[in-house]
Amino acid sequence: MNEQLAAALSAALDRRLGPGHRIEDLTRLSGGASRETWRAVASDAAGARQAVILKRDPPDATGPAGGVDASLGVDRKTEHAAFRAAGGAGVPVPRTLFLAEPADGLGDGFVMEAIEGETIARKILREPEFAEARPLLARQCGAAAARIHAIDPATLPGLRRLDADAELAIYRRLLDRFEPPQPGFEFGLRWLQRHAPEDRPETVVHGDFRNGNIIVGPDGLRAVLDWELAHLGDPMSDLGWICVRSWRYGADQPVGGFGTREDLFAAYEEAGGAPVDPSIVHYWEVFGTLRWGVMCMMMGFGHLDGAHRSVEMAAIGRRSAETEYDFLRLIEDNGNKP
Amino acid sequence: MSQDRPTAAELIDAVREFIEKDVAPELSGQKAFHARVAANALTLAMRELRDGPATDAAARDRLRNLLGEEGDLETLNRRLAERIRVGEMDDRADATLDHLLKTAEDKLRIANPRHLPRAGLE
Repeated sequence: MNEQLAAALSAALDRRLGPGHRIEDLTRLSGGASRETWRAVASDAAGARQAVILKRDPPDATGPAGGVDASLGVDRKTEHAAFRAAGGAGVPVPRTLFLAEPADGLGDGFVMEAIEGETIARKILREPEFAEARPLLARQCGAAAARIHAIDPATLPGLRRLDADAELAIYRRLLDRFEPPQPGFEFGLRWLQRHAPEDRPETVVHGDFRNGNIIVGPDGLRAVLDWELAHLGDPMSDLGWICVRSWRYGADQPVGGFGTREDLFAAYEEAGGAPVDPSIVHYWEVFGTLRWGVMCMMMGFGHLDGAHRSVEMAAIGRRSAETEYDFLRLIEDNGNKP
Repeated sequence: MSQDRPTAAELIDAVREFIEKDVAPELSGQKAFHARVAANALTLAMRELRDGPATDAAARDRLRNLLGEEGDLETLNRRLAERIRVGEMDDRADATLDHLLKTAEDKLRIANPRHLPRAGLE
């Protein structure tokens, strides 16, 4: 256990909730060089125990880890605000406990309650304990998305606007860094530039709403996590992203591997979301598939240029071929209309 | 071929077998995961050594037809990327897509054949 971090965490809890907190079982869950997620059990002076999550950029972070969040992500203060706003709008999310301050010595970060359940997509899609949850998830995700898109943007001044053109400009710059040029990705980018839907509404968008960023229990969806890519944009981008084949993890169903588009769209509309135009969701599915391909290439080139040498990153680089095949197929299915 | 056997592919296969049979079982957690990733990467590299040359030749033939130009594969690929980017292939988008899909399928047969047979996209 990281004693220094445990001491800082219990002191931060003492400052806010009164003395006598103890931290046990502090464990690092995930994260790259610049982002960490920790889980711990906090007990107060009376002995009441609560599992908590610390999400932070550590004080000694050496800079962006090279993920897409290096260019697109929000800071932890804004992510904390997004969790709170989402909870207020009825989106299932963990309750946040506090935003870290410099005096806490925790780095930029926040603490929230830990919600029991599974986040690993392959387990959600295959383990028997989620058999009854799986048929519910597409509808529950549709309803959650509608509530995300109903968040009042005025409550989240830290979010930046990012429409299709602006995001494609980012991918243009990234693709220019990769040698040699990729005709397939050039074709996809060109198609997305020429088919960007016009006059789209702008709402709060989660930005990474997919299987892998949700907590699922045997009863279904328990929480929507990872708000670090939240922004203001086309709400249909969230619905397209959760349909991207990469998030089906080999399962057949189009929505996250667990459900149908019909269920997703119907529940979205029933929960107050605007009527869904499947052709616009299709656009965003093509978009999201290319987006994930560019991220795979970023990781592969992060290995090649020495920023993050790792056999895992090297192997992920070659997974861009999967996304290239998928978005070209999606464009073909759409009749490749001029 | 001026080198002796085991060939490069056979040596890679020997290393893959070593990682899978001798190394991976000794590891746990993330290192065990990375050992599996490493073994899979070597399997990919073997497929590329075996099928890459034929795949490249077929791609070059298609590119010469599509572009009406001569050149090696890298030159022609750069040319296609550039022409797509500036819109010069827009009026032949179907033929371009046809070539790119064949190329993508050939890439997947090397990078991850399991991604291919399941249509999965409806």
